[in-house]
Amino acid sequence: MLEIEIDGKLVEVEHGSTIIDAADKLGIPIPRFCYHPKLSVAANCRMCLVQVEKFAKPLPACATPIADGMKIFTRSKATVEAQQSVMEFLLINHPLDCPICDQGGECELQDIAVAYGANASRYAEEKRVVVNKNIGPLINTDMTRCIQCTRCVRFLKEIGGMQELGMVGRGEHAEITAYVDKSVNSELSGNIIDLCPVGALTSKPFRYTARSWELVRRPSIAPHDGLGSHIEVHVKDNKVMRVLPREKESINECWLSDRDRFSYEGLNSPDRLKVPMIKHNGAWVETDWKTALEFAAGQLKDIVNHHGKDALGVLVSPNSTMEEGYLAKKLAEGLGCGNIDYRLRQTDFRMDGKRVGTPWMGCNIDDLGKLDRILVIGSNLRNEHPLLAQRFRKAVDNGAELSIVSPLDNNPLMPVAHKVIVRPSDMVNVLGQILKAMSGLQRLSLCLPPSLNQWLEGIEVRENTQAMAESLAGMGKDVDLVAPRVGIFVGTLALTDPRFTELYSLAEAIGGICGAKGGILPSAANSTGMHMMGVMPTSPTGMHARAMLEVPRKSYLLLNIEPELDCQHAALAKKAMAQAECVVALTAFKSTALDDADVLLPIAPFTETSGTFMSMEGRVQSFAAVTKPFGECRPGWKVLRVLGNTLGLPGFDFNSSEEIKNAIFGGDKPSNVVRRHLNNNLKELVEIQAKIPSAGLQRIGEVPQYESDPIVRRAASLQKTKYNIKPMARMCEALMKQLGVEQGDTVLVKQEKGSAVLQVRLDNHVAMGCVRVAASHEDTISLGDLMGDIEVEKITEDQAQFMRTAIMKALSE
Amino acid sequence: MAAKATKPVMTDLKGQTLVTLRTLKEKNPAALSTYQSLGGYEQLKRIITEKVKATEIINQVKVSGLRGRGGAGFPTGLKWSFMPRYFDGTKYLVCNTDEGEPGTFKDRDIIRYNPHQLIEGMAIAAYTLGARVGYNYIHGEIWQDYQTFEAALAEAREAGFIGENLFGTGFSFDLYAVHGYGAYICGEETALIESIEGNKGQPRFKPPFPASYGVFGKPTNVNNTESYTSIPWILQHGGQAFADLGVPNSGGSKIFSVSGHVEKPGNYEIKMGTPFADLLAMAGGVWKGRKLKAVIPGGPSTAVLPADKIMSATMDYDGLSKAGSSLGAGSMIVMDDTTCMVKALKRLSYFFYEESCGQCTPCREGTGWVYRVIKRIVDGQGRMEDLDLLTDVCNNISGRTICALGDAAATPVLSFIKHFRPEFEYYIQHGKSMIDGK
Repeated sequence: MLEIEIDGKLVEVEHGSTIIDAADKLGIPIPRFCYHPKLSVAANCRMCLVQVEKFAKPLPACATPIADGMKIFTRSKATVEAQQSVMEFLLINHPLDCPICDQGGECELQDIAVAYGANASRYAEEKRVVVNKNIGPLINTDMTRCIQCTRCVRFLKEIGGMQELGMVGRGEHAEITAYVDKSVNSELSGNIIDLCPVGALTSKPFRYTARSWELVRRPSIAPHDGLGSHIEVHVKDNKVMRVLPREKESINECWLSDRDRFSYEGLNSPDRLKVPMIKHNGAWVETDWKTALEFAAGQLKDIVNHHGKDALGVLVSPNSTMEEGYLAKKLAEGLGCGNIDYRLRQTDFRMDGKRVGTPWMGCNIDDLGKLDRILVIGSNLRNEHPLLAQRFRKAVDNGAELSIVSPLDNNPLMPVAHKVIVRPSDMVNVLGQILKAMSGLQRLSLCLPPSLNQWLEGIEVRENTQAMAESLAGMGKDVDLVAPRVGIFVGTLALTDPRFTELYSLAEAIGGICGAKGGILPSAANSTGMHMMGVMPTSPTGMHARAMLEVPRKSYLLLNIEPELDCQHAALAKKAMAQAECVVALTAFKSTALDDADVLLPIAPFTETSGTFMSMEGRVQSFAAVTKPFGECRPGWKVLRVLGNTLGLPGFDFNSSEEIKNAIFGGDKPSNVVRRHLNNNLKELVEIQAKIPSAGLQRIGEVPQYESDPIVRRAASLQKTKYNIKPMARMCEALMKQLGVEQGDTVLVKQEKGSAVLQVRLDNHVAMGCVRVAASHEDTISLGDLMGDIEVEKITEDQAQFMRTAIMKALSE
Repeated sequence: MAAKATKPVMTDLKGQTLVTLRTLKEKNPAALSTYQSLGGYEQLKRIITEKVKATEIINQVKVSGLRGRGGAGFPTGLKWSFMPRYFDGTKYLVCNTDEGEPGTFKDRDIIRYNPHQLIEGMAIAAYTLGARVGYNYIHGEIWQDYQTFEAALAEAREAGFIGENLFGTGFSFDLYAVHGYGAYICGEETALIESIEGNKGQPRFKPPFPASYGVFGKPTNVNNTESYTSIPWILQHGGQAFADLGVPNSGGSKIFSVSGHVEKPGNYEIKMGTPFADLLAMAGGVWKGRKLKAVIPGGPSTAVLPADKIMSATMDYDGLSKAGSSLGAGSMIVMDDTTCMVKALKRLSYFFYEESCGQCTPCREGTGWVYRVIKRIVDGQGRMEDLDLLTDVCNNISGRTICALGDAAATPVLSFIKHFRPEFEYYIQHGKSMIDGK
């Protein structure tokens, strides 16, 4: 500890802190623009100049390390003079038109100018004008307002992982710009809006729609991924106007992904379902709640009575709240039906009943930055977990070695130490190699089932997997670690794979040897919570999500989903819904995806209901509604409760979401319950089907990040980003050569009974032998599994026309 | 390719004390053979083969009184002692040949006429400081001279004076030439380092200083061309001999780049402490028989001095400091009595306005403000309060930026107004120049 004096106060500060650190800790205000605690120090705005004893010139508080005995004056004449002069300089070329600036009212320059600036400017010359840049559909630029603090530049480089903005030109001609003809494409780009201390970078969707002082700020939890980011929803006239991050150091720090920030546009989409609707003679008819609920209850009861309890299937979105999931489960149980599931995008359910507890990410989000060695299996990190990827980046920045096993080689924007990019079916073999190499390194005899041992014996460890195993064991290029902190994470591409069991078990075994933390990275906001509550087949005969579609049910209850877009097998989902006698959909949106339903019950999205999400790290986070429900919408839990009442089921007397939450946790502290449940271990090692059929071409059916759930799909601005491109048959150069196709060719992609007409696109990030065909899009809803065998055939434009019509016809039948 | 041997288009060498330009008297000044005929590279060979202790060399440099010739005048020996002796990794040596200030053209003549002495000086410094790799960063607008230096490097490499395993002792030193693109700011040592790394040339905040965090984050010693070039002479003749050339506190000789209204503009390497009047006489005196009005003694970043002050000054650090300015890089701009100081200042402030890197607020905004106000005065739209405003704005730039460019931009404005205020007032009142009436 060092002893210093700030404004006459004697204080002790930590070694290595800067003046601004010390002042911030003590609550002594020092104005600043370029400084941000999460970014590197630039010391260029000069606003934080302070007088320090024994120094002739004022020093920048952000860049000056504390020395023992330093005497700092933050309000002395010299300090105030320096700050006032910098303020004057900042304002000479800044437009003083706050009333028409979108930042007005929440502008750091405005606030600090009021506190530290003069009343009038002495500058009477011409002002600088800077041409605006179009950097994409999310961020509006007003570059004349820029004060060159370079926070945006540093953010994109240091946190975003790629420098997409930079300062070109010198002196007064210096301006922030993107690469020629390029937009800012970071999936975290929205954060530069928050970072910009002036109105140079503002939100394009929000622009000119409200003044900051008109907005009511209400806390909530982000609903699109398993991170559980804290958000602040800004509301005006009962409408969500924008979403900003709420600081939570251990989760989202002060950042937010673009998906969580801009998805709110979907809440105000024209697709919102306003009133309950019933299909009458093939046409939708608006109705009141009582009629709709009685109709729905009557239908469900009829089906169960006539076709048996298992004639019903309940499909729950993993983005629904715990309360909704709990009541859906209770409803299914009340009707005696065991067919319920939230794992809509999973195909491999062989681990059911063999888990000790609820799978989770196996450590705290905050721990990721401290790992030394990381293995990520089957994950396109930036697509699946845009903000979590940044934590991995931090770990790598701190010296961690990242290894990746995946069918996709998308750049994670961080150095990758080792990677093996192979077909999904070959990932099992690769993990086997790592396991074998690992056990060789650690001289361990593994307690593995004989068949697995036998399989391992037959595997040949290659150089790259050996290197990966050595990395995980702590051996490194620069530093050898005896006891590295290792994290092994299984991502969405593995979770959706038909060999998930093998991938998971091998990851567990590898983790066991190297003492790794880690687990799965579930992609939805409440996957972990749904698993913990057991929103899964409840009886031995109960069907999982896939079985309910493969063996169609007479009736379905859908909670918050659009089947053909949210399920693993679009074609099966579509067909099952079309065949069913009655589909009851609790949904916030009305769309063609729900045309096969019979009743639509308008439920509130996360902003209009109270509820609870459980994040991938097992954090139970409740939130309240931030607006009143739209139209006749009602919170999902209320609808389920009344549906339960209408069906005459016992135990549906909840009066608030808190009561449901209490029931879920049995009155205990949520963290106690969670602690008992979270466990990545398997009761027994699942017998691995060692022989993996290696068929021909394989599909990699990734869900693009802005197609992941019904709200995001309707967020207009996100849909305009470069991530929203129509599905194509993406493949590497070698495969194109093998198939005799070229970029831009039209091909017929066939999977099982379905097909799609797509364009060929060169994508060298795709493993050889694979074709990347995005899911969750109307162009590919005739296709089957996300990960499955696929055929590609070059066709002429005439044939394409014919096939398109044929596919459309098949769909409508 | 042999170094291009340009015949010196130089000034009269009479009265000069050639140390860094000592090949000038020869026929083929830039050639390796010429330099070797004067004892070139012998000092390098001696210290490396005899394994002369680094402390001894640093001590000689300290005794010599050599001060940084780039403008700041920091004692070179002291700077060398800041380099960490033990470091696990590569240490770097950088030579700053990025002279870009108006009126500065001395380093250009060194790499043009005596490149090998610079190479030897750098190699000696590398041996002394334990640097494995060196860069000479050359201003982007002197392309021919850059090529001359590259040719000299090739010669030296061929002859075994730089490269691997010098003189079979195991000591290696790789030296490379790097050229900039003409930005004045890249002459600031940390901006220069950024530029070598391939980044935009912008100064870094100091500390950390290059001695601990320089090129690629490694310990780096940065000196001016003339400083390095003085080293072989110092080791040949001893530090004391160098010190004795000059006056106390200003050892050695120094190149003065004389430009402006003199009969014979050019570089003059003279002993420190020479009276200004003698230097002016060497340069043929004020041209066209006119009267001396003012002199900027060390480059535009140093304060202007009116004739009476400069005429009684001696050309050394203390002498010019006493006169109210500083030695800077020794770039003397001489102005005769037909010079309009208002217009001259407009030109100078335009330079700093264009060359500010744009990083720090006071310099980025202030240099433009100052230029616009002076331009307005020259355009006949001046206001009396402008002079106080200019003074105030310049005081607000000065000392509040990362590097010294802010101070450099403020100095001419403050000194011009201080010494020639009536001329400015006349211009404002009459809307035209007191001197040329236009």
